[in-house]
Amino acid sequence: MTKSFICIVCPRGCRVNVDDNMNITGNQCKRGESYVLTELTAPKRIITTTARTVFKQLPRVSVKTDVPIPKELIYDIMNIINGVVVDKPMAIGEVLISNILDTGSNVILTKSCLK
Amino acid sequence: MKKEIIVIGGGASGLAAAISAKKEGRDVLLIEKEDRLGGILNQCIHNGFGLQVFKEEYTGPEYADRYINEFYKNNIEYLLDATVTDVIKIKDGFEITFSSRKTGIKKVNTNAVIMSTGCYERTRGSIIIPGDRPYGVITAGSAQRYLNIDGYMVGKNVFILGSGDIGLIMARRMHLEGANVLGVAELMPYSNGLTRNIVQCLNDFDIPLFLSHTVTQVNANKNQRLESIIIQQVDEKYNPIEGTEKNFKVDTLLLSIGLIPDITLLDNLNVEKDYKTKSVKINQSYQTNVSGLFICGNSLQVHDLVDNVSLESERAGVCASQYVLSQTTKANKNVRVVAGKNLLFVTPHYVDFSSESSKIVFQFRSKMKIEKSMLKISQDNKLVKNKRINFVVPAEMESITLNIENFDSSNDIVLDLEVL
Repeated sequence: MTKSFICIVCPRGCRVNVDDNMNITGNQCKRGESYVLTELTAPKRIITTTARTVFKQLPRVSVKTDVPIPKELIYDIMNIINGVVVDKPMAIGEVLISNILDTGSNVILTKSCLK
Repeated sequence: MKKEIIVIGGGASGLAAAISAKKEGRDVLLIEKEDRLGGILNQCIHNGFGLQVFKEEYTGPEYADRYINEFYKNNIEYLLDATVTDVIKIKDGFEITFSSRKTGIKKVNTNAVIMSTGCYERTRGSIIIPGDRPYGVITAGSAQRYLNIDGYMVGKNVFILGSGDIGLIMARRMHLEGANVLGVAELMPYSNGLTRNIVQCLNDFDIPLFLSHTVTQVNANKNQRLESIIIQQVDEKYNPIEGTEKNFKVDTLLLSIGLIPDITLLDNLNVEKDYKTKSVKINQSYQTNVSGLFICGNSLQVHDLVDNVSLESERAGVCASQYVLSQTTKANKNVRVVAGKNLLFVTPHYVDFSSESSKIVFQFRSKMKIEKSMLKISQDNKLVKNKRINFVVPAEMESITLNIENFDSSNDIVLDLEVL
């Protein structure tokens, strides 16, 4: 079965096709090949979301995973972050959850929370 | 009290303009209407910012933080929770009226003004969707603010009209927070958003994109809440095609149908308008035809990357500073810049040969997608400069920087984008 991807390395947005024998076609440059290979074997994404706080002035603080996490863990990680409450002043870049789901990625603040 | 430069708006644009003007040694006051600096970046919690300026990938709040720190370091005077209500031209400058809970209504004079007021979202009223007028029809940017800053969802079953970047980003965001995002409809046969956002916000989560479709009916329930919408395919003249109706049961319709520069403060000044950018005309110093009035960022032209907003506003800050120092009077050696073949618009609109800025940064958008193109800049039918540009799309603004020495001061400067 042929799988189809849109390469997002540059604005051109080549439609790249991969067949069962891993023949890659449709990309206009080499970068498209490595993009599709990563997407096929181990697609990763950075999650950006918010965490609840106890502070009235800042009810939500924005957070992210500091390195990309496997795409299939997105929903599990969202669930964990939604269960956490920031209850003390924290600075931008501080770790809220370390090594989430053993991914080697930390969830860090992307905005300082009253600090 | 008189200032040398007043910057209106403390978002990405205002911060960069104020910092650069202050670094040039000017006495600067920045006025921000919200209770914090950073503007719309505060609610743009997704990443992808800063690759050009910082060579790093930041989220919106992180990008803002870098500039806010720099702003504090330079000890720039600023007001929060203060809304500018009037800008009036007086002898030797401007009188600015602002209103804040702390100070009441105050006036302050200044030599120069930098408008960095950003843009606002087009609403339902500007596209006339037939049907009821229920709660639940809201702009994508407002929903983004409610969710990311205030922490509540505007609905559970969501449809999005318009494939602008904010709409795409909100499709993913609401999906990840548990909403059922049923689809995105785009009137044009192509998306207006960045390809990266189509892939990572829609395709990643199997959210369908209906190209050449629009919302043709909005239905309310008896409590005046949104109950359902109908979308229809459109023909090449954008007229709905009968028989293509699709019904969606939704409680929320997000609108991501475009941004308009916010220049309402300039209504009482006689500023020359550009009906393409929906803002005003400027010369290469970001100065309007009202001397001392500068404009930059999304209030000048809607950008797709914040990095370009910062860089542009930094240049505007330097130009405003030069103006204050030299007190240049009305610009008179103006040559027109013309958006020629295949171009939607070009800024600046004029090149002022009496100005101290010898660098001209032309920014433009193409009218259509072109695989291989040649940008030709000419005067009096003579080619001044050409540049090959591969893959141009309307959604991505392009630029080229030239020195004023390349041009003569008597003929229009024409930019054409030739298809190769």
